Amino acid sequence: MKTIEELMALRDAAKAKMTTRDDSSAVTRVVVGMATCGIAAGARPVMNRFTEEIEKRGLTNVTVAQTGCIGMCQYEPIVEVTEPGKEKVTYVLMNPEKATKVVVDHLVNGNPVVEYTVGAIKK
Amino acid sequence: MRELSLNVLDVAQNSVTAGATQLDIILTQSTAQQTLTIEIKDNGCGMTKEQLASVRDPFFTTRTTRKVGLGVPLFKMAAEMTGGDFDIDSAVGVGTTVRAFFHTDHVDFVPIGDMASTVVSLMAMNPQVNVRYRRAIDGKDFSVESETLAAILGDVPLNEPSIMRWLTEYINENTNELTEVQT
Repeated sequence: MKTIEELMALRDAAKAKMTTRDDSSAVTRVVVGMATCGIAAGARPVMNRFTEEIEKRGLTNVTVAQTGCIGMCQYEPIVEVTEPGKEKVTYVLMNPEKATKVVVDHLVNGNPVVEYTVGAIKK
Repeated sequence: MRELSLNVLDVAQNSVTAGATQLDIILTQSTAQQTLTIEIKDNGCGMTKEQLASVRDPFFTTRTTRKVGLGVPLFKMAAEMTGGDFDIDSAVGVGTTVRAFFHTDHVDFVPIGDMASTVVSLMAMNPQVNVRYRRAIDGKDFSVESETLAAILGDVPLNEPSIMRWLTEYINENTNELTEVQT
């Protein structure tokens, strides 16, 4: 069973990690569209996958957040990745497998997965 | 929606948008009577009588990006499909309560699904809201509240991935406990 003591231990570990984290200007933001359209299209498993992979790979300068309807419901689940000092990359029609690839290629190695972006789909 | 937990996530999001600081999600189940009640209660800005009258209409929304709002109509449909019912109570400045009643033995009953993910994402993404989740099955119950967790965590945010994972497992284990004992 999960205990409150374990939570306290995780808190202390997280605290130690937070002090080594760079300033907030260096944080990459992953934003998942979670309105009715996004949720119905499967945004939650996508968001869960991002959180899992980010934890697994120990990426401390990435935050996952959610937003409402982005206005392109037919392309949900939509994920926006904003790296500091770079233009926002919008991924469309996401699923958990694609999320893993985005974490590996884009967040870890710095190469956006062009074929999943809104630019590639609209052509 | 493939799971009721997704309807809950969706409808609860409205509470967040309404500026709620307190959000209660209560699932009450009876295996003997084969019933489930889902209540989502907030202290957000509430709705006027006119808004309340039109909120079940899919072509009503306060959003400006599109002219349809399906969250509440989909949740209502999920309840009514099982022969259950649905209502919303709201008052400006007081808050809104959404209540859906389901017959769990009905063929069209959509599974509850992953409530832990719903609760964890609501808590993690909305630190300004005190989210209280209560799950009651045949008189036994489990509850968890973000304020209590935040008090333990101090400056560590709830959206820290390791904390989110702990919380998901904590909710799942405690929920399983409720169902295991009675079988």
